[in-house]
Amino acid sequence: MSQNKPIKVVLAKPGLDGHDQGAKVVVRAMMDAGFDVYYTGLRQTPEQVVAAALREKADVIALSSMAGSHLPFCTRLKPLLEAAGLGGKLWIIGGNLPAQDHDALRALGFKGVFQTGSKLDAICDFIKANRP
Amino acid sequence: MKRDDELRPVRNESGIEIQPLYSAADVEASGGIAMLGEPGEYPFTRGIHPLMYRKQPFTMRQYTGFGNAADTNQRFKFLIENGQTGLNVAFDLPTQCGIDSDDPQAEGEIGRVGMAVDTLRDFEVAFAGIDLDKITVSLTINGAAAILIAMYLAMAEKRGFDLKRLRGTAQNDILKEFVGRGTWVFPVQPSIRLVGDTIEYCAEHAPKYSPVSVCGYHIRESGATPTQEMAWGFCIARAYADEVIKRGVPVDEFAGRLSYNFNIFGNIFEQVAKFRAGRGLWAKIMKEEYGATRPGSMWLRMIAGGGGGGLTLEQPENNIVRGAYYALIAALSGAQTMALCCYDEAYTIPSEYAQRISLRTMQMLVEEMGLAETVDPLGGSFYVETLTNQMRAEMERVIAETDAAGGIVKLVAEGAIQSRVSAQAYRMQRAIESGAFPKVGVNRYRNDGEAANKVEMHPYRIDDARAQMASLQQVRVERDAVAVARALARVEADARSGVNLMPAIVDAVKAYASVGEITQRMVGVFGRYVEPLRFDHRDEVELAA
Repeated sequence: MSQNKPIKVVLAKPGLDGHDQGAKVVVRAMMDAGFDVYYTGLRQTPEQVVAAALREKADVIALSSMAGSHLPFCTRLKPLLEAAGLGGKLWIIGGNLPAQDHDALRALGFKGVFQTGSKLDAICDFIKANRP
Repeated sequence: MKRDDELRPVRNESGIEIQPLYSAADVEASGGIAMLGEPGEYPFTRGIHPLMYRKQPFTMRQYTGFGNAADTNQRFKFLIENGQTGLNVAFDLPTQCGIDSDDPQAEGEIGRVGMAVDTLRDFEVAFAGIDLDKITVSLTINGAAAILIAMYLAMAEKRGFDLKRLRGTAQNDILKEFVGRGTWVFPVQPSIRLVGDTIEYCAEHAPKYSPVSVCGYHIRESGATPTQEMAWGFCIARAYADEVIKRGVPVDEFAGRLSYNFNIFGNIFEQVAKFRAGRGLWAKIMKEEYGATRPGSMWLRMIAGGGGGGLTLEQPENNIVRGAYYALIAALSGAQTMALCCYDEAYTIPSEYAQRISLRTMQMLVEEMGLAETVDPLGGSFYVETLTNQMRAEMERVIAETDAAGGIVKLVAEGAIQSRVSAQAYRMQRAIESGAFPKVGVNRYRNDGEAANKVEMHPYRIDDARAQMASLQQVRVERDAVAVARALARVEADARSGVNLMPAIVDAVKAYASVGEITQRMVGVFGRYVEPLRFDHRDEVELAA
């Protein structure tokens, strides 16, 4: 892929969690970092996340989860992403993610795990360094 | 006073410049004491009652609920045994979004962030053994509020409580859900209609029940300043009042049961001034704009609590101290009800241990610290009175600006408020990361080398979710299917015809129709809300640097 083309990020709010302040702040930080960001809004099912990533030709699939359902959601999402041929894209997740769950999230294929308190520039730099 | 030129200017979060010293001249220059009055008298700046906490201390109402109704009932009883004087029910996300526990969308979410409720049966279990005349119950429910209010009234009636005397509160503030929190279901207009239906219905059938608690709280959590929090809260309350008044209900018949929910994190003096200013301004709005004549219609009755936005993941035990300062703010502000986010809440659903610390924090203010002895103890401070005047003027400016731009309903429907607060939240996050906005333990005094104290994580029990689905199945088998079908058909017909939906919903919950079934019928008529996602607002204003 040409390095001149902006990095395309699909940022989704999985499940029923309505806390989107953090997601929207990260969207703005990514826009300022020069990424092309598609934000899905709330209440995304795993199928909808995959459909958005395919439609938008995402390089990066990012989730923001604040209400604790990250493991069941990501467990359902992983095979769907792989079946859609999105296994080679960069998957990241941020939000209220207890430390005890980080290894499980990485094992599910989420290369970047950003706990509350992560710096915005750290998220953007990680994407730049790990883009597919 | 004249500022020493060597001092850096300091502004509070509402953008008001703070002086190193205040005198009587500052009070005078900011508008004097015309809006001060006496406690219990218009414009109620000093408090809505003459004796305030001297007569009745603030209600202590921690936000609680998880797992199924039986788990939650147990925690309710723990809190009551420990001296809590009200309940504030947390519902799980499927319930809040109008989805049944056996819906595929509920997978992984049942009972996770609150109690799962599918049918009236769950309410019967959750409140078993609790005297609803002694303990007032607040339901934190919005998108599905009409259904859950109906369920609460049906449950209370079934247990023999007199609805004419039943007290309690539902959050039921859908406009703020579109700005922050996000448990909406229907589009903006039918959502406002439903709020109007609940207010109108309760005014007639449960006149002591507060069907709405307008929340500046979550707008603040989403990025609003303290003055925007209150000003937009008032704009939202006016939108609901307008909806009810256009149906021919006189303002004095319902305004006395409108209540508020505001946030308490931030600068102590700015917060206290916010509440004092807001009390006077709301009274003025109700009296001058709406022609209310009963004092109760002009009262800013509120829960002041939470403070989640001010708490930190870093050094979580510091949140115990922050909580104590926030509680002090609420008590100095004359709140009717108080709740505190717990120190572990940045991590998990609070433990009983953490809940008890929050409860004891509030009890100490009343029992040890003298906060219940004297009304409006900061009244007369040159600083607080000046700031109260300045904050009120700023709120009036925000309301005028909002009205001039087409009003709060239009701005929320277009996503303009959402875009603006997220721009402000972004600016604040950058300011915290750069250290321009100080947070102890976060951008100064970090203990990076030290292992953090362990927080006990609330377990998520998958068995509870399975039990909830089984119990819903059981209710579906046992209930009268014909009665349910008839009641649901009426919900749909009344949604379509435009009459007040509450009688139909009350019938449906009494027939044990589920939250999801009732919601689906309404979605069939109203459709679903679609978020207007915008990021076009930018916010370049410098914070207190």
